[in-house]
Amino acid sequence: MRLPLSRDAAIGSQRTAQVLPAASLGGPMPWVIAIMVALTVLTAGGAISLANFASEARSGLEGGVTVQVVEANASAREAQARRAAEALATAPGVAKVRRVPQAEVESLVEPWLGEAANSEVVALPALIEVRLTGDADKAALSRLRGSLAKSAPSARIDAQADWLGPVFGVITALRWLALVLIGLLTLASAAAVWLAARNALDVNRATIEIVHHLGAGDAQIARLFERSVLLDAALGGAIGLLLGGGALALLGGRFAALQAGVVERGALSALDWLLVALVPVIMAGVALYTARRTVLARLGRML
Amino acid sequence: MAGADDIVRFDNVGLRYGTGTEVLGDLSFTLHAGRFYFLTGASGAGKTSLLKLLYLAQRPSRGAIRMFGTDVIMLPRERLPALRRRLGVVFQDFRLVPHLSAFDNVALPLRLSGVSEDELRQPVADMLDWVGLGARSDARPATLSGGEQQRVAIARAVIARPELLVADEPTGNVDPEMALKLLRLFESLNRLGTTVVVATHDVTLLRKVPDSLIMRLDGGRLSDPTGALRYPPRREAATVRA
Ligand SMILES: Nc1ncnc2c1ncn2[C@@H]1O[C@H](COP(=O)(O)OP(=O)(O)OP(=O)(O)O)[C@@H](O)[C@H]1O
Ligand SMILES: [Mg+2]
Repeated sequence: MRLPLSRDAAIGSQRTAQVLPAASLGGPMPWVIAIMVALTVLTAGGAISLANFASEARSGLEGGVTVQVVEANASAREAQARRAAEALATAPGVAKVRRVPQAEVESLVEPWLGEAANSEVVALPALIEVRLTGDADKAALSRLRGSLAKSAPSARIDAQADWLGPVFGVITALRWLALVLIGLLTLASAAAVWLAARNALDVNRATIEIVHHLGAGDAQIARLFERSVLLDAALGGAIGLLLGGGALALLGGRFAALQAGVVERGALSALDWLLVALVPVIMAGVALYTARRTVLARLGRML
Repeated sequence: MAGADDIVRFDNVGLRYGTGTEVLGDLSFTLHAGRFYFLTGASGAGKTSLLKLLYLAQRPSRGAIRMFGTDVIMLPRERLPALRRRLGVVFQDFRLVPHLSAFDNVALPLRLSGVSEDELRQPVADMLDWVGLGARSDARPATLSGGEQQRVAIARAVIARPELLVADEPTGNVDPEMALKLLRLFESLNRLGTTVVVATHDVTLLRKVPDSLIMRLDGGRLSDPTGALRYPPRREAATVRA
């Protein structure tokens, strides 16, 4: 009875299944991965949301200029505002001019000033929204100031983006923080997998030595662990994505309920969700790589 | 120079564990393909240590070893598994995989070599029958007696028809009748072309295998009372008659 032996054949996956006992690295591994994935999903979702908000807000404000005519005397204010609007309409580099109706200005400040807004007690400025063809940079602003100096001396000219400058600063800082957090979470996950793989190696040490002496290659043995890690990562990743994604969706819903206008700009698109869904996949890749390196390093010490 | 039928060749091989004294020293010998060797010597003489060198579990601290025509000292690590799959090993402490059944333990070498489940089922079952464990094929090692475990270990060592079988006290835990039966198994494997090396202190076994050659270890030195290890071997002198 000559047995058909192909000596260098790789272990088929369904056959290796019987060599190592546990189907998983065991212990809390899937849960650790689940928590890491959930936190990473939340952080990544938050960062993407902030990025969306910032870029939407910026594009909405780019080239936007607000002209306020601050004048206590109502008729002088009205006259200056009218002249300013006319001058702006013909000024070079101006795409659009809109005089904000006084009723709209009153409704804008009403939440803060209450009934006083539409009384004559508080002198509200006249507002003109201007959209430039180019950027609302310093040169453009000073050109506008020049053209209004005579017709509307009480006009104050500001780039809209300037108001949000500090907000953009905060958002940028938060995005960096998110990036650092994601990096740390990935490192922590890799460390957890490393510990689990080392533990699994110790637990299965006898088996590994036997299989090694029977002629199993390092890659064959490493594959057994990769299978376990992949199972853990798939389970943990699914749970983590469900938890983190659920929390993101819930938060998104809460923010939308605020109806604060600006907040909607941060909503995640389908593509963003896809990006967030990549988190467990990347995490599984990190886990797989870590486990493989750990196992191969240990096997390398055997003859 | 190594002859074509040399399956193993040691030249001035020495072995020390760590910084201790040499456990094996000045080993120079040749094992010829297709022969049956007994390795004897008192406990602690170094039999297991020599076998470890043979089954590639240990590198010598000096000297040269060639197996299957390959210099195993210089061989890169990744080439060793292919060499190991040409060996069958019965470990002194059996080394069965604890969570695998007797069947799966015996099937392991075939699975490692990529034999399909269909192709391995019958040979493994036959082999278990042969060693008298056909009825225990689903049993875990922990539920088997010492002698039964030893038979599973032997079945696993021979199942893939190795070119060189290395057995460390393979009959240490079985009754004389089973010992003889296992020896017959080794002999039939030997007749099919496998070179066999059996370490044992049971000198009564030596007489049971006609044409067997004897290597004796004494304090880490190999004596060659029968001239078995010379090349060409003096077969007449080497043969121990029953
Ligand atoms: N891993 C090791 N580390 C240090 N010394 C060892 C090691 N293995 C064996 N030795 C020593 O080497 C010597 C030979 O041991 P070995 O196991 O080869 O003997 P043996 O002939 O197989 O004995 P036995 O018949 O009892 O199995 C002994 O003195 C032993 O103490
Ligand atoms: Mg021994």
